[in-house]
Amino acid sequence: MPLLKNGSIIIDDWITLGLDDPKPDSGDIVVPYARLLKEWESLTDHDGRLGVIFTNIDRVEALTLFLPRLALIVLPFPSFTDGRAYSLARQIRETGYGRELRAAGNVLPDQVQFMLQVGFDSFEIGDRFTAEVWLKASRQMSLAYQRGLYRTPGQHDVWSERHREAEPWLEQPHAG
Amino acid sequence: MYRYDEFDSQFVNDRVSQFRDQANRRLTGELSEDEFRPLRLMNGLYLQLHAYMLRIAVPYGSLDSAKLNTLAYIAEKWDRGYGHFTTRQNLQFNWIKLEDTADILAKLAEVEMHAIQTSGNCIRNVTTDQWAGAAADEIADPRPIGELVRQWSSLHPEFSYLPRKFKIAVTGSPNDRAAVKVHDIGLRLHLNDRGERGWEVLVGGGLGRTPVIAVTVRDFLPEHELIGYLEAIMRVYNLYGRRDNKYKARIKILVHEIGAEKFRAEVESEYARRPHADTKVEERELQRISAYFAAPKFEKLPRWSATFEEARAKNKDFANWVRTNIAAHRADGYAIVNISLKPEGGIPGDATADQMRVVADLGQRYSFDEIRVSHHQNLVLPHVKRDDLFAIWKVLQASDLATSNIGLAGDIIACPGLDYCSLATARSIPIAQSISRRFADLNRQHEIGPLRINISGCINACGHHHVGHIGILGLDKKGEEYYQITLGGSSADSASIGTILGPGFAGEDVPDAIEKIVNTYLAHRQPGEEFLAAYRRLGPQPFKEALYAAA
Repeated sequence: MPLLKNGSIIIDDWITLGLDDPKPDSGDIVVPYARLLKEWESLTDHDGRLGVIFTNIDRVEALTLFLPRLALIVLPFPSFTDGRAYSLARQIRETGYGRELRAAGNVLPDQVQFMLQVGFDSFEIGDRFTAEVWLKASRQMSLAYQRGLYRTPGQHDVWSERHREAEPWLEQPHAG
Repeated sequence: MYRYDEFDSQFVNDRVSQFRDQANRRLTGELSEDEFRPLRLMNGLYLQLHAYMLRIAVPYGSLDSAKLNTLAYIAEKWDRGYGHFTTRQNLQFNWIKLEDTADILAKLAEVEMHAIQTSGNCIRNVTTDQWAGAAADEIADPRPIGELVRQWSSLHPEFSYLPRKFKIAVTGSPNDRAAVKVHDIGLRLHLNDRGERGWEVLVGGGLGRTPVIAVTVRDFLPEHELIGYLEAIMRVYNLYGRRDNKYKARIKILVHEIGAEKFRAEVESEYARRPHADTKVEERELQRISAYFAAPKFEKLPRWSATFEEARAKNKDFANWVRTNIAAHRADGYAIVNISLKPEGGIPGDATADQMRVVADLGQRYSFDEIRVSHHQNLVLPHVKRDDLFAIWKVLQASDLATSNIGLAGDIIACPGLDYCSLATARSIPIAQSISRRFADLNRQHEIGPLRINISGCINACGHHHVGHIGILGLDKKGEEYYQITLGGSSADSASIGTILGPGFAGEDVPDAIEKIVNTYLAHRQPGEEFLAAYRRLGPQPFKEALYAAA
């Protein structure tokens, strides 16, 4: 499956394993969350990067222990109207996790901008829409009202633009 | 009235281009109807029985003459010359073409309006008191917080694919005119001992098939924490609200299923865990917004207006109109004018383009260019000199806008029903019209006193039937429309859900049934006792007997 990442379309070189697929000796592997729980001891010693396909119904707190070892978290969209993963993505980013966060499943171009804003940085995109449609849809809005969102170049938040002249540290009295 | 700065304008213009592109992709077949649906809904475009319907946001119900004149222009250019004001203080056009929609949105953007999030499973247009900034009983104007919430909730990336729609209402008055207890989130302003502002946060109220009164999750949330706390509530709902059954997907079901205590604990733990720097309500932003809502420069006027008193003494029709349609203003010599969109036999909430222009002109000349939409589907001129009331009444009268029935039997709330809506199971409009004709005698309406009749054409309850003193719900039984009647509902401070009286009625029998209920009230009431109070004292029994005993 091709991936949209950093504004270009690339080939996914991660090896996706099911619950029972044999684990290769090396290479970057991504496993279902249930397998991560079951085989953590052996997976943590794997020669290669490790990723997990998280579920929509588990709590992000449950991932805390594993986060330092994870280089990829995949969040599924069972249907494009199921918005749980937007909240999961933000929760995961709020833990400080800084590596790849991928949207998988039923992902559509008109949603990519929202997904980027909550912290996703790669997308399984299938072959239905051209690269041009994906890229255009991902920068439809140049502004957002909310603060603390992830931005791509050229996108701004209204708060910072509006109050640019009034940076708080310039207004505060300084001790020294 | 809030004014867009360059950023608000750019945001809305971006949104118009985005929708134009989406609509083009739908028209060329690149997007399927299933894929296009949530995109068009987030721009207020529904597919109804006969055509597309476009619902335009009127944030917290505030309009000026330029906005209202533009709505009149759209009604004539792209619709059939009229529009329908809704119970969310919005305006909908019922005969729109998909091909025209982007042009209409561009026209709206010229007067700082949009249709963002007037439908779809996202945070809807925030509503508030239609008398905000004018009411004599107000603690503070709720509109700055309404605007803050509008901006925060606009295209919120995390909360645009919720389990179901989400409605927020705000009140700044102890006398709740915004129905905060029957919203997904209701916000109610309080002052503490030190005079600081805080918000009572109510969650999980709603109508629909499962009517529920909201529970309070915070008694006094400091104002600067408001957005962060709303985000915590929204996140808990987004993650744990049911998605398996759309009739159980509203937040009220989640609150009910896990219990108010557990729900509160989830919200508090989410709130405690999150960083607050990015959601803090900054004083300077709140001040920036509040400045737009500063009270107009009222003249120093005596409380007593000779012109007004003389007109009232001389003209009985005017005096009647004053009794029902005028409310107390906080400034001496001023009044709030409520314009009824419920003429005898009319369609509740409908206004023609000409009527919109008349009201726009009155607003500009007499009310500091402010016009409001009420959730009772009427219009309001919030700041009018008492000296001008008679002149205004004359103009309204010439345009069939002076019906003196605000809050009375003829002031019926009704959804569009089966005449337009693809969800409806029965018609609402003809029922409203027949009741309105039955109670056409205004003297009788005044004699009956305050009475709220609310009609919904299906169980989704867009006509708020659960909180009508008399509620009417249109249902379908084997292809026949019939109407269930509830009594004792209220959306005011002492909010309550109406009780079903018994078997339903055929449409043509509804006016008789309503008349029997009203006559029972008149026979039993104590001096000065209003319908709702009498019902609460008497209970359903005498009304049941009147309706069903003879049959």
